[in-house]
Amino acid sequence: MGIDVRNKVNPDRIRRFQDYANRIRPQKTVGINLAWAFLVGGAISLFGQGVMWAFEHEGFSSQAAATPTSIVLVGMGALLTGLGWYDRIVKRGGMGGSLPITGFANAIVAPAMEYRSEGLVLGIGAKLFTVAGPVLVYGMAMAFLVGVARYLLGTS
Amino acid sequence: MAVQRSGESSYQIEGVYLGQTAAVVGPKEGEGPLADWFDRIWPDEGTRYPSYEKAEQALLSEAESIALDKSNMTWSDVDVVVGGDLLDQLITTNFDARSHSRPMLGVFSACASFTEGLALASLILGQGGPSTALVTAASHHLSAERQFRFPLELGYQRSPTASWTATASGVAVLSTRRSDLRIDSLTIGRVLDWGSHDPNDMASAMAPAAVDTMVRHLEAMGETQAHYDAIVTGDLGRFGLTLAQHLAAEEYHVSLGEKLQDCGEMLYDIQQQDVHNGGSGPGCSAGVFSGYFAENLRSGRLHRILLVATGALFSPKSYQQGESIPGIAHAIAITRQEEGQ
Amino acid sequence: MTFVWAFVIGGLMCALAQWVLDNSTLTPAHVLVLFIVLGALASGFGVYQKLVQFSGAGATVPLPGFGYTLVEGIDQAVKQKGVLGLFSGGFTAAASGIKAALIFGLAAALIFRPKA
Repeated sequence: MGIDVRNKVNPDRIRRFQDYANRIRPQKTVGINLAWAFLVGGAISLFGQGVMWAFEHEGFSSQAAATPTSIVLVGMGALLTGLGWYDRIVKRGGMGGSLPITGFANAIVAPAMEYRSEGLVLGIGAKLFTVAGPVLVYGMAMAFLVGVARYLLGTS
Repeated sequence: MAVQRSGESSYQIEGVYLGQTAAVVGPKEGEGPLADWFDRIWPDEGTRYPSYEKAEQALLSEAESIALDKSNMTWSDVDVVVGGDLLDQLITTNFDARSHSRPMLGVFSACASFTEGLALASLILGQGGPSTALVTAASHHLSAERQFRFPLELGYQRSPTASWTATASGVAVLSTRRSDLRIDSLTIGRVLDWGSHDPNDMASAMAPAAVDTMVRHLEAMGETQAHYDAIVTGDLGRFGLTLAQHLAAEEYHVSLGEKLQDCGEMLYDIQQQDVHNGGSGPGCSAGVFSGYFAENLRSGRLHRILLVATGALFSPKSYQQGESIPGIAHAIAITRQEEGQ
Repeated sequence: MTFVWAFVIGGLMCALAQWVLDNSTLTPAHVLVLFIVLGALASGFGVYQKLVQFSGAGATVPLPGFGYTLVEGIDQAVKQKGVLGLFSGGFTAAASGIKAALIFGLAAALIFRPKA
């Protein structure tokens, strides 16, 4: 049994509609978005550099300073998320807010707060890495492949 | 009382009336242009409740109480409740029904659930079944965000075609007892899928269904748009209104013009309130109809309207699996009985 | 001078990610995955190290820097422990960032409640 022909819509009609929709669909303001992403991302990186500089000033080597720096930035991101401000930073700054490590903190802290109502284990515990999980999985997988390649090529 | 079929899925209804209505909305909706028309505006999104799912239930149950109070009715006068919402397994509607324990029909057409409820209730009342029905729909911005999008505090940018799920509930009493507002006719919608894929652009997915139902209703009733003071869609938003007007004019030769209004577009000040395309959610059309349109019909500023709420039928799973987004729309015509008629 | 470059490089990387997001159908999650993978790849080719040298936090604060940390961590572990380092390396290097986020996340869940 086929579908009743009365319910079939002329494919040309659908195509004309989709063409029209694509033509008049409100577009993202790409130029402004890029400028904000640059400014916000740059500002967070600059702040990170300042923190790193402070730790180096306190006697950390430039490599050793990276660890406390990332902890401070993650702490900042977590605090701003908790206060409900980080989503506003990202709303304006887009990837400028999401790409820095503070955004990584936001991606973990937001689900932690969110799923509290579903319980400590199945809520927070299970959902903590919903957003950050994929990043870790594929980051780790790629780093492993790079490590293997370097090991085999002896450049390690 | 009578129901007469006309055309494929349109019905003329006799002897079913729209009684009292009530709308309760959240704070953002209360800052919008329709603020004065709502029965109650919440001061916050319901932070006093342990979860936003519970807040949504409270939103619904408040609107029900107000509608019953206005009608001088108690729950025992309600023969059947027909209601729907967006949350999985209709938890808002069903959990609220625990407390009133009246016969319950849960319906789902996403954001068109309220018109589905009105249509279903009109059909069963019109055929001599129950004599009083409570039709309900509710949505809450934050519980919908949790289900369909991201954790609330996760930063992301909304796309310009994205709609804003309204924190709102609307309740209407339908009855076979005579009143000023008569259910005139209705058309049950069909599911149309024109290949939209973007959950951030539901207007493109729903506009074809809205126009299809609208045009089929007018055809079946032998009417034109001139028979109505307003043809009201549910949550097509600003972009969807343009799409629907264009589609109706180009493909069906129906010029809707200013007659076509949209609850989602009216609920907010779109520029000031930063809601992009406009409001959505089952509570959007339910609240705007129960508050604004029903009152305007009662006062006689409007005489006849066609409410055609639309729903985008997708789940978070379906779009992750690459499925397109089908849409549906149900239409219901409500007429004000003039003196002496 | 590193401060200027930190701002410029960090900003440029975010702007590039924004450009990818706005000109594709990818979700933010996809873009983040893409950028950490790119960061790890660039580190494999030895390019990212140069970026880190002259722009400091401008290269380590954005997510590709996380990919760089993972690759470097594996690299050092391989130098110390041989092939076993391939498995033990990455997480050790990234531990502080991840664990900090985890601990702060749990803490925030206890203190704060999501708002509109």
